[in-house]
Amino acid sequence: MRLLRSLFLALCVSIGLWNQPALAQSRSLDEPKIKIVASFSILADFARHIGGDHVEVIDLVGPNGDAHVYQPKPLDVAHLAQARLVILNGLGLEGWFDRLIAASGAKPPLVIASQGSKFLSLKGGAYPAVDQGPYDPHAWQDVANASSYVRAITTALIEADPAARSLYEARSQAYLGELSRLEAEVKAAISAIPRQRRRVITTHDAFGYFAKAYDIDFIAPQGVSTDAEATAQDVAKIIRQIKADKIPAVFLENVSDDRLIRRIGKESGAKIGGKVFSDALSETKGPAGSYIDMMRNNIREFTAALKP
Amino acid sequence: MMAALYDLIIAPFVEFDFMRRALIGSFVLALSAGPMGVFLVLRRMSLVGDAMAHAILPGAAIGYLIAGLSLSAMTLGGLIAGCLVAILAGLVTRHTQLREDASLASFYIISLALGVTLVSLKGSNIDLLHVLFGSVLALDDAALILLASISSFTILVLAVIYRPLVLECVDPGFLRTISSMGAPVHLLFLCLVVINLISGFHAMGTLLAVGVLMLPAISARFWCQSIGTMMGVSCVIGILASALGLIASYHLGLASGPTIILLAGVLYFLSLLLGPQGGLLWRLRRSVHLEG
Repeated sequence: MRLLRSLFLALCVSIGLWNQPALAQSRSLDEPKIKIVASFSILADFARHIGGDHVEVIDLVGPNGDAHVYQPKPLDVAHLAQARLVILNGLGLEGWFDRLIAASGAKPPLVIASQGSKFLSLKGGAYPAVDQGPYDPHAWQDVANASSYVRAITTALIEADPAARSLYEARSQAYLGELSRLEAEVKAAISAIPRQRRRVITTHDAFGYFAKAYDIDFIAPQGVSTDAEATAQDVAKIIRQIKADKIPAVFLENVSDDRLIRRIGKESGAKIGGKVFSDALSETKGPAGSYIDMMRNNIREFTAALKP
Repeated sequence: MMAALYDLIIAPFVEFDFMRRALIGSFVLALSAGPMGVFLVLRRMSLVGDAMAHAILPGAAIGYLIAGLSLSAMTLGGLIAGCLVAILAGLVTRHTQLREDASLASFYIISLALGVTLVSLKGSNIDLLHVLFGSVLALDDAALILLASISSFTILVLAVIYRPLVLECVDPGFLRTISSMGAPVHLLFLCLVVINLISGFHAMGTLLAVGVLMLPAISARFWCQSIGTMMGVSCVIGILASALGLIASYHLGLASGPTIILLAGVLYFLSLLLGPQGGLLWRLRRSVHLEG
């Protein structure tokens, strides 16, 4: 009986081997997926949309993590060694990556997703930037750039796995369609806010592209370090600034005590904005589980706070 | 000159509501913490405040875990944990051979460990200190009303139990022979310590709450001898430290809670040097005088 079963298995395998070229187009379920490593959650979301079930995407910096700082884990090095493609944002966001890849000893193909995007100089100025960097790395906050991210990742994925070209192209086209609908949505929502009310005080420093692309002013609170306990001077400065510039809404992150934020809002008359996401997605079930959900969430929060 | 003084001292409070609230909150706190601190000093319980602050911490943390950043839940949790520790420690002291400091130490450590365990059990990585450090800059109406109620209640109760309390400071043995009020008065007093610490943790953050309770009272000891005057002086020092601390925090950009306590510390050192009751400079002058 046992012998019979082994013989049967051997037969199956050899048939499988014979038919390999035919099977390549429609991969069986048991076959390992194409392994992709993305540096942080937003890039991973793009890759999942393009690859679908065909790929397995691992994000090095997971949801709610900060992509600027990263603590390497041994498992990540193992993932890198097996990866068929590694997706990076570039523009200096993943300063830690060079050392990680050197330590892993692996040489997987890399793609810089931000290639082909419109850049914004860290010094501000015109958009797209005319001078030579350094550029603000948070380019995905402009949906047009997100589309160019998706195109760059699609091209790289097809190079890494040419057999599934048609599948990647079809999924990529569908996702680009969703992104262009999202862009129209964002523009419509912002244009419903009168220009003089599009002013926000925020400690988030990752909305430079969003500000330029959709014409909102993001103003950093003066002289406030969000790490330390607040001083009376800081609070007084923020309140003065809001009153002087007639700023309708305040979005603060990292300020440990939301009682203090409520106090600032009450005293200055500015609305306190809800939670917005800039450089990491939330958990899948959270308000910003995917890139599109993240942008929708941010738009909802901004319009809620800025609508007259 | 006057304009400069106005800008320095008055203007911040005129311009900003949060500064006025901070001032009123810390004044109210100083009014009840002053007399409480004097009794703690006279009864040699200066470190009890510190222990009780730790006993309150986990209760407030549990309140936070259950109901979020809600003033009432955290206050109630802290109140229950603090009073429980105070009463249990008091009972153990009365009925065993253990001294009060030993029983208090064991109960507050248990309470603290329980709190930390519960927080980790819940799997949340919120920073306990962040939750529990209130800010004097963020007093809303509810917090101010709470501070004022606690202060008024404390002063009323102190007035009622004043005689037995003073007697127990001076001669606990005598109090025991003439009345059976000693034990209940003592427990009531410990509960007052708890609610004043809670008041302090809304205004300053837990650890600094002990400072506002003890430093003005200890400083007052250098200025006068009678209990009544000491309570008054203690309140004045507390109020002075609050006002100066807030102004310094505003102009120099220092964190407000610690600045207030530091100012109370400066006043303590001044009292230590200059106070007529055993101040170091007076003592120096007297010894020089005797030698001469």
